[in-house]
Amino acid sequence: MDFLTHLINGISLGSIYAIIALGYTMVYGIAKMLNFAHGDVIMIGSYVVFITVSTMGFPTILGIVIAMAICTVLGMTIEKVAYSPLRNATPLAVLITAIGVSYLLQNIALLVFGANPKSFKSVVPFEPLVLADGQLVITGVSIVAIITGVIIMVALTLFVNKTKAGCAMKAVSEDRGAAQLMGINVNGTISMTFAIGSALAAIAGVLLCSAYPTLTPYTGSMPGIKAFTAAVFGGIGSIPGAMIGGLLLGIIEILGKAYISSQLADAIVFAVLIIVLLVKPTGILGKPINEKV
Amino acid sequence: MKKKIVSLVMAGLLVVSAISGCGGSGGSGSSAAAGSSAAAGSGAAAGGSTIKIGSIGPVTGAAALYGEAVKNGAQLAVDEINAAGGIGGSKIEFKFEDDEHDAEKSVNAYNTLKDWGMQILMGTVTTTPCIAVTEKTSADQMFQLTPSASSQDVIAKDNVFQVCFTDPNQGIASAKYIGTKKLATKVAVLYNSSDVYSKGIYEKFMEESKNQSGTYTVVAEEAFTDESKTDFSAQLNKFKSAGADLVFCPFYYEVAAVVLKQANEIKFTPTFFGVDGMDGILGVENFDTKLAENVVLLTPFVADAQDEKTQKFVAAYKKAYNNVTPIQFAADAYDAIYIIKEAAEKSGVKAGMKTDEICKLLKEAITGLSFDGLTGTGMKWSADGAVNKDPKAMVIKNGAYTAMD
Repeated sequence: MDFLTHLINGISLGSIYAIIALGYTMVYGIAKMLNFAHGDVIMIGSYVVFITVSTMGFPTILGIVIAMAICTVLGMTIEKVAYSPLRNATPLAVLITAIGVSYLLQNIALLVFGANPKSFKSVVPFEPLVLADGQLVITGVSIVAIITGVIIMVALTLFVNKTKAGCAMKAVSEDRGAAQLMGINVNGTISMTFAIGSALAAIAGVLLCSAYPTLTPYTGSMPGIKAFTAAVFGGIGSIPGAMIGGLLLGIIEILGKAYISSQLADAIVFAVLIIVLLVKPTGILGKPINEKV
Repeated sequence: MKKKIVSLVMAGLLVVSAISGCGGSGGSGSSAAAGSSAAAGSGAAAGGSTIKIGSIGPVTGAAALYGEAVKNGAQLAVDEINAAGGIGGSKIEFKFEDDEHDAEKSVNAYNTLKDWGMQILMGTVTTTPCIAVTEKTSADQMFQLTPSASSQDVIAKDNVFQVCFTDPNQGIASAKYIGTKKLATKVAVLYNSSDVYSKGIYEKFMEESKNQSGTYTVVAEEAFTDESKTDFSAQLNKFKSAGADLVFCPFYYEVAAVVLKQANEIKFTPTFFGVDGMDGILGVENFDTKLAENVVLLTPFVADAQDEKTQKFVAAYKKAYNNVTPIQFAADAYDAIYIIKEAAEKSGVKAGMKTDEICKLLKEAITGLSFDGLTGTGMKWSADGAVNKDPKAMVIKNGAYTAMD
């Protein structure tokens, strides 16, 4: 029963990692860049929900929709201002810019919201599910996180494979130059990717802060790094890969804490990552890299 | 030509700063202290006939409540002393700098205060930055009295003294308290292994718990780190299945708020037993104080204690600061300023003195002191800097701290 409890906690944590990882992996797949500011977009989204729902008293759903809208605009603005001028620069320059944007967002939040931690009231109104005479308790947030994760993954997969915009995304990710020659608006497609990724970040932020209720300007950075790890773990660029990577990462982290050592939990997670990458350098579901001769 | 003059001046400044730098590093010996004290002395002389006391602590960031309380408590004491004529006739000038509970920023704040002409440091508030700052004060031979940094490493230098308990004392006192009051039979311990404060208390608690085996046993011990202080589901579930009826929580209130919420979600309701870092839990913005009901914490100050001294302090504090009830840190800081006053008057510290002179006098004076304050009566200091006083426990009832009998 203990094992089951830990497993469910792991899946719940993993679902949140997975939703964040989806944002990373989409942007990487299409724009071929690591958007390190993704974790901080999550933080901004959480603050928006905190202010609209807890302070201004809006209904939760409205708060989340506002947060998604603001994050979408924020993501597209960041892309236009910071990344799009560097489209033809070296990947390293873009990476450093992304880190810069990340610090910029953190410090803006520090100025605007202050550094005092805010206690985030869970947006999930359900009572925890109590099974087997109280031996197994599943929190409402866990259930919502898992369901949301699955819905988002399915929706994204359908979107990418079945719609015109999704096909454009796939084309841009396959070969940017060729896609442009075929009449696809590359800049528009990349912009849209950032919009979707950032809207997902808002949802991830709400779930993250509902499960772990302290909100500070640095809330997004550690989960951001973990989710990035999850994206690499599952094969960066692959949507199901991000989901699987996130879930596995969450489960390994919680089980590591429970059965090996709570101090070494993070070390175990990253050790597993190294082993996976040694065996399969492109991640679990990553496409093999074709060597061009 | 102009450029040459500028470069000559620059070179000259460089030489001067290099020389005074050397003096500073060798400043612990009395004859070699000339370099550093000359620099500090000139700053103090500019201040005229006041004694400049500086303080450092987090007024923004995760531990902001502590810094805020220390700042306010100290200011209250300074105002009272100044209204009553100051220390031996000289008024106190008090300046507080923010360090966001960060070692590097704390050292920067210390340098800022030194430029201002600080002669005595009442700080810093939290342990990790304090250890970094003691390196500097020891090199400069500046007297340092920390109100609340409780690690034993803080008082490793001979110029540093504490108002609060050392961590080992808190750990030992907690174990004894749980044992003698029979608060539990199965105890679980959760601590932050990346924080010296938390780990120090944990280690001593475990040592003393062996002596308490007649009343309780430690059934589980789990750790977390600064990188993983958001998810406690694994640890709490282990405590729950081990049947713990008390969880010892030697960490800060910010983390405690998360732990309490997650424990409530999995319907795990033991007694949570904190130490002085738990003080402040009721002040977290938007925190549901119902979750903190029946939390016990060991702390030397209770705002609703009925003695005259406490009542007077609480009333004055509330009046000065928007009706906020003072926490232990405010009382520690208030005491710290009065301790400095008593030690300074006893040893004849004067306004124009150099920092290392003041340090020497205060070091001797404080070890001979027996101080009655808000946070303890008959407080005595040993030469190593630790304080000797009795702990008190309080419990949170109806969203307020209440003294435990």
